[in-house]
Amino acid sequence: MYQHDVLIIGAGLAGLRASVEAARMGVDAAVISKVHPIRSHSNAAQGGINAPMTDRGDDWEGHALDTIKGSDYLADQDAVELMSREAGDAIIELEHMGVIFSRNEDGQLGTRRFGGQKIARTFYVGAITGSAMLQALYEQAVKLDVNVYEEWFVSNLIIEDGVCHGVMAMNIHTGELHMIRAKAVIMATGGAGRVFEPSTNALICTGEGLGLAYRAGVPLMDMEMIQYHPTTLAGSGILLSEAARGEGAYLLNSDGERFMKTYAPDYLELASRDVVSRSEQTEINEGRGIDGNIHLDLRHLGRTFIEERLGYLQEVALEFVGIDLAESPIPIRPGMHYIMGGIKTDVNGATVVPGLYAAGETANVSVHGGNRLGANSLLDTVVFGRRSAIAAAEYARSAERHSSDEAMLSAEQQRYQALLDRPADLRAGAIRRDMGESMVAGVGVYRDQESIDSAAARIKELRAVYPRVAVDNKGKVFNTDLMSAIELDYMLDVAQAVCAGADARKESRGAHFRTDMPNRDDENWLKHTLVYKDGDGSRVETSDVTITNWTPVERVY
Amino acid sequence: MEQTLRVKRYDPENPESEGYQEYTVDVAETTTILDALLTVREDVDGTLSMRCSCRASICGSCAMRVNGQAKLVCKTRVNSVSPNGETVTIDPLGNLPVIKDLVVEFKPFWDKMKVVKPYLQPEGVVPVAEYLASDGDMAHLVGVVNCIQCGACVSDCTVLEVDPSFLGPAALAKAYRFVKDPRDGHQKDRLGALNESSGVWDCTRCMQCVEVCPKDVDPMGRIMLMRDMAMESGFNNTSGSRHTDSFAKSVKKNGRLDEAKLAIDSMGMFNVPAMLDSAPVGIRAMMKGKFPWKAHKSSEPEKVKRVFEKIEGE
Repeated sequence: MYQHDVLIIGAGLAGLRASVEAARMGVDAAVISKVHPIRSHSNAAQGGINAPMTDRGDDWEGHALDTIKGSDYLADQDAVELMSREAGDAIIELEHMGVIFSRNEDGQLGTRRFGGQKIARTFYVGAITGSAMLQALYEQAVKLDVNVYEEWFVSNLIIEDGVCHGVMAMNIHTGELHMIRAKAVIMATGGAGRVFEPSTNALICTGEGLGLAYRAGVPLMDMEMIQYHPTTLAGSGILLSEAARGEGAYLLNSDGERFMKTYAPDYLELASRDVVSRSEQTEINEGRGIDGNIHLDLRHLGRTFIEERLGYLQEVALEFVGIDLAESPIPIRPGMHYIMGGIKTDVNGATVVPGLYAAGETANVSVHGGNRLGANSLLDTVVFGRRSAIAAAEYARSAERHSSDEAMLSAEQQRYQALLDRPADLRAGAIRRDMGESMVAGVGVYRDQESIDSAAARIKELRAVYPRVAVDNKGKVFNTDLMSAIELDYMLDVAQAVCAGADARKESRGAHFRTDMPNRDDENWLKHTLVYKDGDGSRVETSDVTITNWTPVERVY
Repeated sequence: MEQTLRVKRYDPENPESEGYQEYTVDVAETTTILDALLTVREDVDGTLSMRCSCRASICGSCAMRVNGQAKLVCKTRVNSVSPNGETVTIDPLGNLPVIKDLVVEFKPFWDKMKVVKPYLQPEGVVPVAEYLASDGDMAHLVGVVNCIQCGACVSDCTVLEVDPSFLGPAALAKAYRFVKDPRDGHQKDRLGALNESSGVWDCTRCMQCVEVCPKDVDPMGRIMLMRDMAMESGFNNTSGSRHTDSFAKSVKKNGRLDEAKLAIDSMGMFNVPAMLDSAPVGIRAMMKGKFPWKAHKSSEPEKVKRVFEKIEGE
């Protein structure tokens, strides 16, 4: 039998940071992940991590204001304040762990500029910041001998009397289902990009964490806030970091014009991501695109600079589209990238279900509100990964060990068996693509009631046929076919919640831009949407945004 | 365009079915091998197992052998290995046990990483702010931290093929990342450990790891640098170090290599077990008339000597 005090689901930056904290606190903690920690999608973060370093002249209020303005005033200001205040220590700690941050001439940490901010306060490692941080955190986990269930797939939570007592998971290598009991569970399962097609996200970003919490009765907050990143490759949706623009790259339309001067005269290419993506989409819609794309131009930065500072971007450009960034502009377009919404938590990662915590992209604290600033997601993972571990470990110290009902495990086994026994019928892959394309079409950069309704209706139809999904693979060992079918079950939940949030919010704010309601409505909608699962459908409530020092004003870049 | 993939299948629950299976899929100019395999898995045959995730050459999940050479399939376009539509053969990585189809057991890989103490070990007082370091030193390490631990180098390493105990190119590149970190306080201990058997001296410099690395990490180059650093740190009592010294001395003296002396020097003059161990090689060489009884000398050893003096003077 497996049991721990704290079980962390997901081994990306939030999960690993939580595991390191729990290990330091001396509680029995373990991490469980469907991939080896090093394969987690945090490794794809490229540009950097924001931190206002007060010991070198920056101030936390400046970063907090930029974050709140970036969020279109939907972020909870108490949570943002915490993140901005703790950021400096978090960076120094990461450096001490071994992250090879770039330096300035004095040997101190160097910075670059990122979108939505006038001050260069983004710390970075070339264009592989996420990968470098993930490696360093995994190294610490190895050093602290953190217990990791590598390649185990969590398919359900153990919830009894409204309290979370652990998970049910399949060892992917053997196909065996197990109960893993834990006094506290932290969801650090990352984003849900595969609910959309295309997306910059990895194939593992299927949002089970969101689905599991949703089914456990936890509200998903502000799910309509989907970030479309301004610079992604057509077709595959592969990301080209904001670091390109941070280092001075231009966005050009078919006239070769830096069109951002029309939309954001002060910040230009470095306005917030929702603003830049909308501007690009407008250019494309009004006929000034290049085959449905915009050009990202780095040529003036020079070959040496590109290769030294943005090496990974050059690799992606060369390998995937055969373009040398020093020679030609590269066609890009807005693409689904990040979900600001997520499992509603307090500033300590706690959800409404005792024993269940969440941190990182899967959670919504909320520090990103309607639009996340570039390089704030890595900061979010380490700050709130740490805080959630402290809270979960303290909770676990006082919680009683619970002996869960084994009948739950047989019910879960039957769910797997039903999928395995079903004769060939619908394929999970086909439904996933249909869902993904419907979501981008209906809940895209621009949306309106009709498009939202149409996506919601399609998701309902797909949910109705989900019971016909069958798997080819009937075996036990490394059955990714079976995993895909179960992941789809949760992805459809996430899609439903996104549509519900988008339908409920009758205004435009941040990434949620409705052409039928183009204005922000602070009077009625300075509010979070809270989507609850309600039978097969959903129910939306609202809650007030926490405003402390910063009064909402019109957002201009 | 139609493309045929010949994919290695193995199912531990049905081992007698092991063999190759052919799939034909539609591909375009930019289609990668991963795209093609995903089409197979999603639309044709869900029983095919493989690891893959980011699609953008950063997560390290999808290294496989393509026509016999380890590659990251997400960044390998079909037409780069099949310019005229030839069948492409996909196998799992080498030097690691196969679990199912294209999935291999990575445990030996991760275990070897752990041997090199893969974490920063600073010494002395921890500063309040960051450790000071030059941007050049950090940028140099980016070249190694670029390693995504995909296993391509381990798959095609010719030493691991015959000696599974070798730490291998990936773990040694990881070791280099800490040996060269100015913030680490254990450079000498690390180099000492890497000098032991299965460490830096077991590489045969075949270049395979350099060739197949999808991220230009150059593991072999790092291993060679660590040999130099180990010798500079005073770790001379190893066969590799003695081999290097004897090689240089012999060439400097004679202008040519004295092979018999090289072997004796490398093993150590009084290392009887090792000499007995290599006796069969010596005897076979004698029987074939290839034993180097007498050191060959260059016709112009002075010229070679001058080259040495010039290099040593620099």
